[in-house]
Amino acid sequence: MTVTAKDLGLVGCRTCEKVWPMGTKRCGRCGARLISRDHKSLQRVWAWWIAGVLAYIPANIYPMLITTTLFRNQEDTIIAGAIELASYGAWGVAIIILVASVLIPLAKFFAIAYLALSVGHRTSMTPFQRHVIFEVVEFIGRWSMIDVFVVAILSSLVQLSVVASINPGIAALAFAMSVIFTMLSAKSFDSRLIWDRIEAEKQDAESAT
Amino acid sequence: MLAPLSHTNVIAMTVLTPEKIENLIACPKCDAVYDVGYVDKGDRARCDVCHYPLISRRRDAGLLIIAMSTAAFILVVAAMFLPFIKIQRLGFQNETTILDAALAFSDGPMILLSLATVGLIVGLPALRLGLTIYTLTPIVFDRKPWPGARRAFWLSENLKPWSMVEIFVIGTAVALVKLTDLARVELGPAFWMFAALVILVIVKDTFTCRWSVWRALEQ
Repeated sequence: MTVTAKDLGLVGCRTCEKVWPMGTKRCGRCGARLISRDHKSLQRVWAWWIAGVLAYIPANIYPMLITTTLFRNQEDTIIAGAIELASYGAWGVAIIILVASVLIPLAKFFAIAYLALSVGHRTSMTPFQRHVIFEVVEFIGRWSMIDVFVVAILSSLVQLSVVASINPGIAALAFAMSVIFTMLSAKSFDSRLIWDRIEAEKQDAESAT
Repeated sequence: MLAPLSHTNVIAMTVLTPEKIENLIACPKCDAVYDVGYVDKGDRARCDVCHYPLISRRRDAGLLIIAMSTAAFILVVAAMFLPFIKIQRLGFQNETTILDAALAFSDGPMILLSLATVGLIVGLPALRLGLTIYTLTPIVFDRKPWPGARRAFWLSENLKPWSMVEIFVIGTAVALVKLTDLARVELGPAFWMFAALVILVIVKDTFTCRWSVWRALEQ
């Protein structure tokens, strides 16, 4: 079984991995702030998480795209836009949009909440499984921005005077804010907290024998 | 190369002298401590506990990273102003550059989104490439690191998730599928430059061994 920096009375730098004696304020190599276990990180996780969830509500209520063609003016929310694409038969793109804009954000909210709530508690998942969830959330979170970029490209490109024009709706801003806040929430989480539980259990097991 | 510290050999080294600490690294994800021994040119190592890659050295990666970063930097700056996509329908046509796309959100509070988009797809990627070139050039040529090189690499590492060129390219692909029903679409040179740039950035990032760069910056 490996030991952690905390066990040794040391603190590891989260940017450059160098190890310092406990109590050192800043990493002498890269200048990052050193914290052995950032328990306040959970407060920041929840603050950004709430901001992300709140921004996600207008993102789904208000229109994302406003399409004006010769005879009609159409305002589409994220979900309505995907359904319309599917009705044209563009199933692949509809699925990409739904996965990136609905499934991933919702799954992320649940995953981050679960990770933050499970810190310091016994769970049915092993720390490694929780760690994998965290890595997936960190990796995949950025990809939700895809819909914002699609709106940006469509709005700048489709400006064909009376024939057709596409403009961004206010939901694009709310959605981008939701994605950025959720990324900050995941980034605030100190993943070393996931592993502390087994350290405590390990010590219990050792003192029992 | 990497020796995980176990409870038995920790007892053997009860006094952690500064020299002993010098050779230790802690996994940034799970805090497991390793004693770094001799590291050879092509060596790679992952954390035993959480499998996070700690060391990933490649032979002569330095020069390659600088070359790729320089090429990518030129591509991102040039692609900003060249035609990106052109559409035509019923005699009307419109052409856009990447900068136009990023600045599409222009009314009222939406300007914030334009600023964020410019940052995510052009500004931060270009900044990261610049920082990489600044940090690595003296190291590769065995010179003393340039002033502020540590700060530069720290910033480059922390900005990594906010550089979204690859997401923008996939977004473009999605937009193109949406457009094909509506109009005739032509891809401009900036599109292909951006696609090439994405590959360069991804390869450059996988070739960068953080451990090696930090160790080199220490000297």
